Order: sequence, then structure tokens, then C-alpha cells
Amino acid sequence: MADEQGTGTVRGARADARAQGGKAADAMPYLPASSTPFPPPGVAPVTLTWAETVAGGNYTHMVIARGTRVRLDDVTGEACAHIVVYNAVGSWERLNVADTVKIPWQAYLGTGHPLLSGDGRVLATIVADDSHHHDALCGTSTAQANRARYGDSAPQGPSPSGRELFILAAAKHGLTPRDLPPSVSFFKGVRVEPDGGLAFTGSAGPGTSVELLAELPLIILIANVPHPVDPRPRYTCGPLRVHAWKSQPTAPGDPRWDATPEALRYYLNTAGYAAARGIA
Amino acid sequence: MTSSAGPLTDGAVILDVVVPARAPWSAVVNKGDVLTIVDVGGNQSGDCLLYNAHDTGERYSVPDTIAWGGNVYVRTGTVLRSSEGNPLATVIGNEIDRQDTIGGACGKESNTLRYGHHTASEHGCRENFLAEASKYGMGARDIVSNLNWFMNVPIEADGTLGIVDGISAPGKRVAFRAEMDILVLVSNCPQMNNPCNGFNPTPLRMIITTAGHE
Repeated sequence: MADEQGTGTVRGARADARAQGGKAADAMPYLPASSTPFPPPGVAPVTLTWAETVAGGNYTHMVIARGTRVRLDDVTGEACAHIVVYNAVGSWERLNVADTVKIPWQAYLGTGHPLLSGDGRVLATIVADDSHHHDALCGTSTAQANRARYGDSAPQGPSPSGRELFILAAAKHGLTPRDLPPSVSFFKGVRVEPDGGLAFTGSAGPGTSVELLAELPLIILIANVPHPVDPRPRYTCGPLRVHAWKSQPTAPGDPRWDATPEALRYYLNTAGYAAARGIA
Repeated sequence: MTSSAGPLTDGAVILDVVVPARAPWSAVVNKGDVLTIVDVGGNQSGDCLLYNAHDTGERYSVPDTIAWGGNVYVRTGTVLRSSEGNPLATVIGNEIDRQDTIGGACGKESNTLRYGHHTASEHGCRENFLAEASKYGMGARDIVSNLNWFMNVPIEADGTLGIVDGISAPGKRVAFRAEMDILVLVSNCPQMNNPCNGFNPTPLRMIITTAGHE
């Protein structure tokens, strides 16, 4: 008879597989979310709906409800969270980086900045930020770029590109490479010089965070990979923590609602859409 | 100094058309051929998207163009890159200081944010792009952030940016050479609420030249 302690039989293989459960890794989802070892300060763990640590060079994705608040933590100062968001109930509506910088008259992302779609609505609002090192201009890395810089770009290799990880994340929501618009990124900064040149400002250091508020039901894709203009020759990317909890979308009475004429109209358009769609 | 109308490069002219004010336009430009765009009336934004003509899933990418080029402005020598990082075209001639690829396209919906809901009935570049893209089986997901020939979008030190008075003039030109066979979509911008067209949309002239085959 085969050894049931080994994997030469189905029963042995089953026992071997089951014995692996319950282990912990540095990067993993925490389920239920309330079991996270890293609950955000001031947030009751029972309200958490998503808790995860994403390794450098890896990705995650989720469908989240309107009103969800998502906190991203750059634990080591080496994370770079590339993000694309879609309206989960009509995914042809997705992040539009041009409108995201043009409508607020501001190229640099920070607290209060909207992530706008091309449909005149706000998909998410940046509601907290103590990093101030972000980018809406350079997108994420491609296979071409990572092969040139690091020698490899494949998801299974040592230096995955953001676009290849986004292709996987998008596919898990029925979306194809055609559905990947330019992305934004958090925790690595870029500034524009007077002649238009790019100045990479790097990281704010360990322990900073950003919080996004979902203003519509969202598909959110996150690729945690080096910034495309990070000049360091080594592929350098640290863990990213993601925690989300139930909150409320921006509403009349919030200072954000009518902070600018443009803000008032994108919140009005979004609230009007949600009301018509029955998801207000 | 005023420039003479006509292609910005040598070679046989294989197409020379005027795109009416407010209208969309498209053409395939074969590898090695050059598209010269003439700002006939001056300060007329030509919103533009490029696609690999044989696989439109590969298309113009603002961030790849910026990150590879290390500059947010488009000038002579700028390589216009695709979503895969490949060169789609190279700017080989440019008669204004800088061209824009930050400002994106106008549209009915975004106009409501920028100027108010009373503008919702106005035609925009997004509508031109969607109409023209539909001829090639493409739709909303294929309309990504774009180039704006002859549009002026400065970024100030604190990140403040916006569309300001143009730096082009009647007859100014820009030209780019296709680095692969590319489908070019252009929206001759109909915007009337900001200075991108000098508050007066005018025609654009499109000239394709070919160097022929060796």
C-alpha cells in the first residue's frame, strides 16, 4: 500500500494539501477582513470589508460598494500602488487621467483630488494623504520597459511589469487589454520642470498612507510595481497594505461637495447617476 | 515668420484634404509615410489618437510617451508610444514651441463639469472620436487619453495646469512619421468655451507624403 504520509495517493495528497492551511505569509489576504493583524487606526475591525498585504511585484483587485473607503499603506516606503478603477455596474466607464488632471486644474494628486471617468463623474475621491508623492502622468511599466531596464517583465519572473499584472487583474473581471486605460500611482512622486522635463521625487519614506473613497460601485485593480521612471537599476518594490471598510459617499454638507464649481458638478452628476441607477 | 502651407517634408503627396471645422477625420498612414497637419486658421486644436492599424488593441499611450521621453510636452523628436511601449510615430517637424498631450479631449459630459450643465447639448471631441472609431468597429473603451496638436497646456510649478491662449498661428504645421502602419483619428475640436480654438473653430489640412519604397 502507498504511503499515506506522502503524496503518492489521493488521500495522502489531500492530507498533505490540508496540512498547508493556516500558515501565514508576509503577503496575503486576511479573511475575514476583521482578522487583519493591521487594522487601520480608528476603524472598528468588524466594519472592514477587505484586508490584504500585496507583495512588491504583485497585484490585487476587488469589486467594492459605493461608499467604501480604501486605505493604502506604504509599509517600508518602497511600495508603488498603480491603480485603475471602473464603474462596476458599467465597466466601459473607467478612469480617465486627462480629465482627472484637467477638470481640477491640477496635475498633482493629493487630498480632495478626484479620480474622474471620461463620463463626467467621479469614481473615487482621495480623502486622506500624508505621502504627497504620487503621479498621474507616467502610468505604469510595460513589458518593453521592464525588459530593457531589468531584463525581464513577465508576471512569473523577478521583475513583473505593471501592464502585464493589470492584464491579469482585468481579465479576472472579464476585461481585456483594450480595457486598460492609463493608470495613476501612489507613493512615488514626479514633478514637472519648467521645460516639461520629469523630476522623480521618490518616496516620502516608510509609514505613509492614502485613502480613497468609492463614489460609485467600483472594480479596482492595483499593481504594486516600481514606478516607470524610478531610476534605480534594481527592481525595488516593497509591500502594500490594503484595508477597506464601509463608509458613505461624498454628499451635500461635506466640505468636498462644493469645494469648487467643478467638484459640485462632478458630485451632482455622480449622485444623479446613482439615484437613477437605484444605487444611491 | 510665417510658414508656407504644404508638407513639412519631402516626398510625393498621396493625400491632401481639408477637415472642416468641428468634424472628425481618419486615415491609415503607412510605415515611413509622414502626416503633416496644417493649422489653417490658427490656434485650432486637433485632438488625435493613433492605433496600430493591424491591431487596434495597441494604441497611443500618453503615459508611455511621457515616461519614455522624460518630458510632458511634445516637440520635434518626441516618439509617440503605444500602450505596449512601441513607437507608433515620431514627430519630425513642429512649428510651435510645444504640443500638448496632457489636456485630453472635450466631450458632452466633461463639458458639464468644466463649464456647467447648460453646455450639455454641445458637440465635443469625445463624440467625434466615438463616431469615427465606430467606422473601425471600435467603441468607448478604445477612446483613451490623446494628443492635442496646436493646443497650449502649461503646467506651473505647483501643478496648476489648464488650457490657455494658443501659441500657434495661421499656417503653422506639425508633422509625424509613422513608425508602423497606423490608424490616425483626429477630432477637429468644436470646443467654444475655452481658448483651445481661439473661440472660433476653423479647418485643419491633412497632407500625407510618402518617400516611396527603396
